[in-house]
Amino acid sequence: MSSHLQSILDFVKNSVSLTEAEKESLLKSIKEADKTQTLLLFKLERIEKDRHTLSVMLEESIEDLQKKSRVIEEANKTLTQTLEELKATQAQLIQSEKMASLGELTAGIAHEIQNPLNFVNNFSEVSNELIDEMKEELDKGNKEDAKAIADDVKQNLEKINFHGKRADGIVKSMLQHSRTSNNKKEPTDINALADEYLRLAYHGMRAKDKSFNAAIKTDYDESIGLIKIISQDIGRVILNLITNAFYAVMEKKKFQSAEGGYEPTVTVGTKKLDNKIEIHVKDNGTGIPQKALDKIFQPFFTTKPTGQGTGLGLSLSYDIVTKGHGGELKVETREGEYTMFSIILSL
Amino acid sequence: MKILVVDDEKDVQVLFEQRFRKEIRNKEMEFAFAYSGEDALEYLNELHEAVLILSDINMPGMSGLELLRHIKEKHHEPPPVVMMITAYGDADNYNTAMKLGADDFLTKPLEFSLLKEKLKAIN
Repeated sequence: MSSHLQSILDFVKNSVSLTEAEKESLLKSIKEADKTQTLLLFKLERIEKDRHTLSVMLEESIEDLQKKSRVIEEANKTLTQTLEELKATQAQLIQSEKMASLGELTAGIAHEIQNPLNFVNNFSEVSNELIDEMKEELDKGNKEDAKAIADDVKQNLEKINFHGKRADGIVKSMLQHSRTSNNKKEPTDINALADEYLRLAYHGMRAKDKSFNAAIKTDYDESIGLIKIISQDIGRVILNLITNAFYAVMEKKKFQSAEGGYEPTVTVGTKKLDNKIEIHVKDNGTGIPQKALDKIFQPFFTTKPTGQGTGLGLSLSYDIVTKGHGGELKVETREGEYTMFSIILSL
Repeated sequence: MKILVVDDEKDVQVLFEQRFRKEIRNKEMEFAFAYSGEDALEYLNELHEAVLILSDINMPGMSGLELLRHIKEKHHEPPPVVMMITAYGDADNYNTAMKLGADDFLTKPLEFSLLKEKLKAIN
């Protein structure tokens, strides 16, 4: 019993002014008060213990959380670094895809330059001989013959100039293809662009696979005019679509008998619509099976044997057309019969 | 001697006409031109006779080798002399051309003086 209650108890016991009945009742109340106090003290002690346990646990939790936070911070750092690395790898992959398609082009480009160069050499050699002949005619006084020869020489010089420019254009387009895009949209003759890449792709394919041969059809809409595009990017898309088309017809040809009457055909065309233009590349090759159709624009998806395709061609093409030009890249196909890709650009 | 030149490069015509201007003037040689294998066959089928055919191998559509096969399979006696010309002077092309009955195989760029000698030897 606490000392205060004890003093009250003593006081009540020794009091003379209280009756025995009053004392009895008061002593009972004091004992009750003592019981309650003991119980409360016990409860308090228990709560005190709980509080202590809680505070220990809380401290532990805080420590734990701090540890975890440090781990997360570390992980975050690693992830950021990995993301940077991934971005760099992606840039490298895009570059190597570009170089791979440039490699495919190189043989075509060499062939395309060889032809105009042969003309430049031949026409200049012939002109040299013609000048000698012209002098002879002049010496003989045959002014009319000399004039006729002069006309031929003039025509040859025009041809030399024409073929020189042709070679120049090919070299320029090659440089354009390998250069990283400057992202500038410039008015471009889509028909000329498509035709140029068609020729390069054809000769590139021909140089890589000597048995390659396909009928090439073109269907250009001459009313199309100049379209504002990043020409080397759209050029890459066209090149990719044509190379795929060539691959599809070659694959189909492999499984045809020699006299099966299959004529590999690739058609490249353009069309002016209301406020849009369309560039399409169609082939009568293997077509795309339905189950592959959903995946063709996904990065790294390829049906080619390992090592032959990066699986980035169509995915990059899709990005160039949609993100780079706000256009659409559509595909229409029937397995075993045909595939047609269409690039649709707004004017 | 009538010579059919088959090449998808149209300027080949002007070039041959100038390279062989003396022979043409002296009527030693006569040239005809076709710009595809299909055109060449059409020309031959219309009974234009050519003693000698000079064909590029690498052309869009019907290749020079296919043209050669058609000519050697279907054409009259004596079959015309066929010389193949190509920018791709690889062994495969050469072997295929020879197997199909080509009489000669030349690589681009053409040596015109050499070609002239070969043509005169046939004449």
